[in-house]
Amino acid sequence: MGDASATEPAKGEPGAGVIATHGLTKRYRGGQLAVDGLDLTVPAGSVFGFLGPNGSGKTTTIRMLMGLIEPTSGTARVLGRPMPRASRAVLPHVGALIEGPALYGFLSGRDNLLRYDAADPTADPRTRRTRVASALERVGLTAAAGKKAKAYSLGMKQRLGLAAALLQPRRLLVLDEPTNGLDPQGMREIRSLVRELASDGTTVFLSSHLLDEIEQVCTHAAVMAQGRLITQGAVADLSAGVRGRLVVTTPDTGDAARVLKEQGAADVVVAEDRVSAEPPDRDLAEVNAALVTAGVRVRGFGVERASLEDAFVALTGEGFDVAG
Amino acid sequence: MSRAEATTDSVTTEPTGGAVRAPRPLWTFGLLRSELLTTFRRWRTLALLAVLAAVPILVGIAVKIETSDGSSVGGGGPDGGGGGPAFISQITNNGLFLVFTALAATLPFFLPMAIGVVAGDAIAGEANAGTLRYLLVAPAGRTRLLLTKYATVLAFCLVGTLTVAVSALTVGAVLFPLGDLTTISGTQISFADGLGRALLIALVVAASLVGIAALGLFVSTLTSSGIAAMATTVGLLITVQILDQIPQLHAIQPYFFSHYWLSFADLMREPIYWDDLVKNLGLQGLYAAVFGSAAWARFTAKDITA
Repeated sequence: MGDASATEPAKGEPGAGVIATHGLTKRYRGGQLAVDGLDLTVPAGSVFGFLGPNGSGKTTTIRMLMGLIEPTSGTARVLGRPMPRASRAVLPHVGALIEGPALYGFLSGRDNLLRYDAADPTADPRTRRTRVASALERVGLTAAAGKKAKAYSLGMKQRLGLAAALLQPRRLLVLDEPTNGLDPQGMREIRSLVRELASDGTTVFLSSHLLDEIEQVCTHAAVMAQGRLITQGAVADLSAGVRGRLVVTTPDTGDAARVLKEQGAADVVVAEDRVSAEPPDRDLAEVNAALVTAGVRVRGFGVERASLEDAFVALTGEGFDVAG
Repeated sequence: MSRAEATTDSVTTEPTGGAVRAPRPLWTFGLLRSELLTTFRRWRTLALLAVLAAVPILVGIAVKIETSDGSSVGGGGPDGGGGGPAFISQITNNGLFLVFTALAATLPFFLPMAIGVVAGDAIAGEANAGTLRYLLVAPAGRTRLLLTKYATVLAFCLVGTLTVAVSALTVGAVLFPLGDLTTISGTQISFADGLGRALLIALVVAASLVGIAALGLFVSTLTSSGIAAMATTVGLLITVQILDQIPQLHAIQPYFFSHYWLSFADLMREPIYWDDLVKNLGLQGLYAAVFGSAAWARFTAKDITA
């Protein structure tokens, strides 16, 4: 039964992607199509943001990548090897935080990590205590290491879950909503941890519903909705596809809106002392001159760069709501 | 079944040119050690062992009180299928008999119930707590994890049985005289020989629980609720015990895992009567094979969504 993976040559040619799925599909018993023909490629060394509303199939995808769920059809390769068949060869190189941390409440934080480390047959028991201590150190839990996990706050549990993913040097980290339950300070720490890990060459696959989080740390992103992949690519390219908006700050909003329309701007929106519009296809300096000539007192004039959120709304044509 | 169960050979092959981290054969037992530590540090496990240890104490005290006026016990005792009553009347002569009585008293229900709780919780409890997914991505390996769980349940069978035996021996030594003892066949054996028989009986009792342990583990792979798995296993135990008492079902009764349980009393015969003992051990082996395979087939093909 293990012969297939034993004889399988390592097919991880560079550029093939640390994660590569082809037509990956999961239909649960009962007919619900959770993931529908997913073709995902995560480049090596990237910090890959995996975006989508709740219920869009992100977690099912992650579970298939981790060998917890058998795909209905399609293939998934992680680190160049097929999953779930090569689980035991691949997973020691993967650290994962899936759908929040899960801990033994009656064990201390340290003992929880010792147990998870013991579950990995490739983990050297001689270095176990040292590795656990440094993982605890890395997530800032050294002081609470001896406390029972049931006494941990949600944020501390989240940190302990992260520590479990960092017990060994990993080639891939799969982090499902890693900042969930953390305070702003904790979120910042996790983000800088992710950046630090990425700079060491670890590929980070980060799922989140927080767009600005993805925008802040990710180099690449994919967007899912209703089980389908809507887009994937470099974050810069994704938001570049959406035009920014021209924003004029002025006390004379009425005049400004009229002039902007005359100048060919579409979708003019007035909000308090701001008038925004889709920029017209002409030199914006002329637009500004026209405003001033018309006697509009301009306090601010500029184009706001499109955010990933704009890109997301443009792509899905909807807000970031729970899929029905 | 094709998932996640690479042989040891395949594990040693390097994934894609990264640092080699080949497992050493001995490291694989780290999980068993961790599992044993985790199980025996659970408050619930300790409570179950405490209950098991309490049974001989209660039996010993009850016998002591009942016989304090010089009367004998067990005359009107229920016929529990051999064993129990025969031994209970001898406790006052020899405290060692409390070991046999206690095992006969706990084997029909207390011991298998404790096993049912531990076995039922083995996989389902981890699924319930969500820790199962982290063990599997560690990666524990599904077959390895299942074998580790089964080994731990079997260790609990042994520890549970020995807890009863040691507690009974202690109480028996404190409350009653010790000395040479008479077997069921009427022959006399030395106290040392009797102790040896007691240990042998404890081992046979522990082995009698192998079947329910496998059954509980199988049930545990069917659900993600530890409580449901425990309740189902204990429910099955009670059902089988009841069915085993219905005479009309005598044709299928020899296949019930509990049918030959009390055959351990035959170890107190001189010479030992092996027929039922062998049938019992064979039946337990059959249950372990059937339900062990079923648990493996189920667990290795299961979608872990908890």
